[in-house]
Amino acid sequence: MEILLAIVVGTLYASGIYLMMRRNLVQLIIGLGLLSHGANLLIFIAGGLRSNRAPILAEGEKGFSTVMADPLPQALILTSIVISFALTAFALVLFLKTYRIVGTDDVDEMKETDT
Amino acid sequence: MTLLPSLPIIIPLAGAVLCMLMRRNIAAQRVIALVTSGIILLISLYIMMLTKDGTIAVMNVGDWQAPYGITLVIDMLSSVMLLLVGLLAVGISIYAGAALDTERVKYGFFPLMLILLMGVNGAFVTGDLFNLYVWFEVLLTASFILLALGGERAQLEGSIKYVALNLLSSALFLAGIGILYGMAGTLNMAELAQVVQQGERGGLVTMVAVMFIMAFGIKCGMFPLYFWLPASYPTPPHVVTALFSGLLTKVGVYALIRVFTLIFSTDPEFLHGLILIGAGLTMLSGVLAAASHYEIRKILSVHIVSQIGYILMGLGLFTKLALTGTVVYLMHVIIVKTNLFLIAGIIKRIKGTNDLHRLGGLYKERPGLSILFLISAMSLAGIPPLSGFFAKLTLIIAGLRAESWLIVVVALGVSLLTLYSMTKIWAYAFWKPAPELLPDLDPMPKGQWILLLPVIGYTVIIISIGVFAGPVFDYADLAAEQLMEPQRYMEAVLGGN
Repeated sequence: MEILLAIVVGTLYASGIYLMMRRNLVQLIIGLGLLSHGANLLIFIAGGLRSNRAPILAEGEKGFSTVMADPLPQALILTSIVISFALTAFALVLFLKTYRIVGTDDVDEMKETDT
Repeated sequence: MTLLPSLPIIIPLAGAVLCMLMRRNIAAQRVIALVTSGIILLISLYIMMLTKDGTIAVMNVGDWQAPYGITLVIDMLSSVMLLLVGLLAVGISIYAGAALDTERVKYGFFPLMLILLMGVNGAFVTGDLFNLYVWFEVLLTASFILLALGGERAQLEGSIKYVALNLLSSALFLAGIGILYGMAGTLNMAELAQVVQQGERGGLVTMVAVMFIMAFGIKCGMFPLYFWLPASYPTPPHVVTALFSGLLTKVGVYALIRVFTLIFSTDPEFLHGLILIGAGLTMLSGVLAAASHYEIRKILSVHIVSQIGYILMGLGLFTKLALTGTVVYLMHVIIVKTNLFLIAGIIKRIKGTNDLHRLGGLYKERPGLSILFLISAMSLAGIPPLSGFFAKLTLIIAGLRAESWLIVVVALGVSLLTLYSMTKIWAYAFWKPAPELLPDLDPMPKGQWILLLPVIGYTVIIISIGVFAGPVFDYADLAAEQLMEPQRYMEAVLGGN
């Protein structure tokens, strides 16, 4: 399972970077999205994959006797999903505004700041 | 410990909320921003008084003991950074209150500025790696909006480059955090340091460390990852550039210093060597790029990159003396760079342009402003007895003691080229006769003396860092000692177990 997910993470990173290097603004933002999904999934795997091991103590049980799922990576991912949601929303608005003002969605045409 | 370490975060948040409540009242927003900045400055001074003998202030948020809760830690490096934030906040609030157009203020400049300060302060005081990531996102979000605020074409284009590359760096940072957590099972920096120092996972640690160099390298503008900086910094109003140049890249530098003195200090040969090589190339490429520009703000922007190189040089050498130099250099460059951008803003206001070919004769017209510029410019180049001289001298002595001849040669050469860039601005804008009679746009704008207040204040600080170099160096020396002995940080956070 770890290997499968590792491949998924790798694919997400590769497609994210590939899309970021395209010239189209929409592809750029999809690329950024994929990249952050990749990072989130990576954190998830890094916490260790265990099925049926909820991090909840049964009644009468003292301390964690069995290896349980780690809840912290999921909390981290939740935080970073919220952050990347906000940033993606902002980036979309920014790109739309740029498209309207510059009149193109081709990154190569945006040379105003390059001199 | 009391609630004190959380105040640098809470105060700007409160100020931002107040500003948002006063959305329609611009005058009130100006006052709130100024008062909030003043309080930040006072608190940071108080924190500095408490930590200047080497005490490390620790606060466990919600009383969850480290390493389980989020810890706020203020050591001497954090506290000097907080003080610089306070100084910058006050100056920028005064300047922005007088210089910024009402349109931008209406759309929320002041609340955004305060949120940015909250993010920066949060990054300086946090003792938890994931929390550092969150603060980075807070300050980035605020800076994205500040950069695009106004919606001019150049601003939007610059913002796209800035946003895309910074989000990429955040994704890298996040991935690094994930791998580190999988390896160590903790994100508390002090505990991470303990785990890494036990040193079982050499290769994996090095790989994560390189990811961190990449992530923070993009954020602080290190070679070859700095291309977003000259594309975006010269586009917003001058006061925004001044704020960014003083704070944003420096948070990246701070994160590098923190992580590479505390956590990844086990393999200095390779990792700090890598940073040192990066530092040399950063200095060189920044200063060479500056030589080709003829617009004051662009020259200054690419010079930010070159200054980052000097700061990283101290970290790359990784000796106590070198880190002393780094701390002093940080103090010096934050003030000087901000000041130069503010002066460029005044020139733009007087003459309507920052283009060196069109400017001229400013010395004749405005001798006072010229002297203020000259002091900052010479300090940046490292002319004694100004602040830059002692900082550079320390770094170079540290380089000589470490027998890293090449970096010393590069640093000296770059220093000379910096002088060239600064004299270029001086000769073109201030000395040469004006090529065409540029109309004085604003012969004596009504708020002009207010604009000069922060500039004069910063100039006084620049001179006094040079004149009172003794106490400044005593402080930096202790701060560097703290950085070189991460055990003290770990003991303060984890209580010695």
